[in-house]
Amino acid sequence: MNILAVLKMVPDVVEELEVGDDGKSLDLDFLRLIVNERDEHALEQALLLKDKHGGAVTAVAIDAPEIDDVLFTALAKGADRAVKITGVEEGLSTRAAASLLAQVLPTVPNLLPADLVLAGCQATDDLDGQTAAVLAHGLGLPYLGIVSQVDASPDGGKAQVLTEFPGGVRGEFEVDTPAVLGIQASEKPPRYIPVAKVRAAMKSQTIEEVSAGAQPEASLATVTGMTKPESSAKAEMLDGSPEELAAKVGEILSERGLL
Amino acid sequence: MAEATAAPDEASCEITLDNLLDFPEGREILSCIQCGMCAGTCPYGEVMQYPPRRIIKMLQAGLLEEVFTSDSLLNCVACYACMAKCPRGIRLTEVLLPLVKEQVFTQLPEIPAELQKALENTLRYGNPMGESPRKRAQWVTTTDVPIRDLSKDPERVDVLWIPECYMSYHPRGQQASRATARVFQALEVDFGILGAKEKCAGECARLVGEAGLFDKLMADNIKLFDKYDFNRIVTSGAHAYDAFAYLYPRFGFDQIVEHTTPFFARRVEHLKPLLTRKLDYTITYHDSCCLGRHNGFYEEPRTLLQAIPGVKLVEMAHNRVNSICCGGGGGGMWLDTYYAAKGHDRLSDRRVKEAIDTGADVLAVSCPYEVSRFEDSLKVLGYDDKMMVRDVAELLAEALEP
Repeated sequence: MNILAVLKMVPDVVEELEVGDDGKSLDLDFLRLIVNERDEHALEQALLLKDKHGGAVTAVAIDAPEIDDVLFTALAKGADRAVKITGVEEGLSTRAAASLLAQVLPTVPNLLPADLVLAGCQATDDLDGQTAAVLAHGLGLPYLGIVSQVDASPDGGKAQVLTEFPGGVRGEFEVDTPAVLGIQASEKPPRYIPVAKVRAAMKSQTIEEVSAGAQPEASLATVTGMTKPESSAKAEMLDGSPEELAAKVGEILSERGLL
Repeated sequence: MAEATAAPDEASCEITLDNLLDFPEGREILSCIQCGMCAGTCPYGEVMQYPPRRIIKMLQAGLLEEVFTSDSLLNCVACYACMAKCPRGIRLTEVLLPLVKEQVFTQLPEIPAELQKALENTLRYGNPMGESPRKRAQWVTTTDVPIRDLSKDPERVDVLWIPECYMSYHPRGQQASRATARVFQALEVDFGILGAKEKCAGECARLVGEAGLFDKLMADNIKLFDKYDFNRIVTSGAHAYDAFAYLYPRFGFDQIVEHTTPFFARRVEHLKPLLTRKLDYTITYHDSCCLGRHNGFYEEPRTLLQAIPGVKLVEMAHNRVNSICCGGGGGGMWLDTYYAAKGHDRLSDRRVKEAIDTGADVLAVSCPYEVSRFEDSLKVLGYDDKMMVRDVAELLAEALEP
């Protein structure tokens, strides 16, 4: 079976995020991008299905800083192809990026139809989880999101999918393939790949570059402003011996009618 | 024309399992008499399917593949005990074990989660905790001691101080960093740090078998050090010391490298009159594997501790060459959960029980990994009100206070 894993880069929140001079976007000077964690799970799930049923996995991404490292890592982990979409303007909205993928992927030779297209069900900059859904819409394929388990028979034309809902409720679905799935978690944690193997992949394998061509129209919604969260009230810290602290806590609770 | 800056020819100078016998340290292995000292002294020898003695025999018999596909060597905490005790002087921890572990690591079906995270963090952020590289030197703002950041002010300096990861990020490590800076200041050492540019030396990556990660860190660090003008590197990391002193030189690195503890010990006469505050402590010193067994720095930390007025030094049953590993080396720092799941005794627990038996109230250390490991074990075993863990530098700084 053929599987596409869609990878995208998001801001790495290990560094503090700052608002840029325009007041409506992130300051990119100190920002470093990292592959979306759930997309790593999507890739892992694709690789697990390949391990189980055979076939081929293609990692797909829109060009971004450090994306080559991410794609070579995918190749080293066991992906068969890596496709990078170039010539894309910076700062595409989630919706625009998903529309672009839907527009460009069918033009890549020998890529579609794939049995499954897996993407992360969410990202730090896409809490709505639009990417996979908009992509499915654009490709005219069925979509299931918040997926935590997938199986498919190599020739069956159907996939069995477990999706998760709030409160621990799970749904079992069967979906016709090809289909797009928004992956919440792969069945096993994403595998480790030794650095030497990534380096070997960089030497022996190549990333296919595909030009994006005409860009889809801008998002229907635009960002008008971005601010850092402001703290509204401060916590009051109590000092003293354990006895004094206990007395103070008791006082505060009774003052507020909580005792 | 010869190229002075040519990269080392890895194929010819790097020892591998395939070309072992082309190197004197590889041929040593043939001299093994299967006495089993290595397996007997190994702290995890009894839980290893393939302790060092068996690995050598498997190698001689051409059956090493079986060792590669077992996770046995994940139990190796790279403590140098087998190497120190080998009557034939076979360099197990330095040469053979890392090569075998590299194969084991590559073939492991799954890397234990904490270890995987630590390695991924080290690759991406230059520290195993996954902290911001930009905040590496943030602790500097919490000390009054002026510390020059060479990445901002690159003028020549005598000592390039590499605090290393735990001393930069771990709250207890930062306390030891402040203390170390205070001792440098008292000794009037001209020193500087690399600030946010510093990154992990990579010794644990090498000794857990992630050789590619080590190679990358080493290449980055050698390139970084080349940019600055200094006389010597002094590091607080016992493992970083080993990386700079043993691993990097194989690739042409030739800086003078010291660890802070022996560096201070060589200046003990200068330090003594400054240690004016009496510390009424009974101290037992834990010999770290890298500084002790691997480098023989047994007397240096003890000399420093005895220079502190009021200190009474007592020894644990296992000391110096017989010291018991804290369990943090060779990747063990991130394998506690894995060992616990296997039902192994925690080595840091074993060690603090011995420390408690001495009746000391301070357990002194020289390796930044040990502070968190021993404090954790003291808490787990309920001894945290009986004993404190202190870096030697912390004790020196305390004795410097008026």
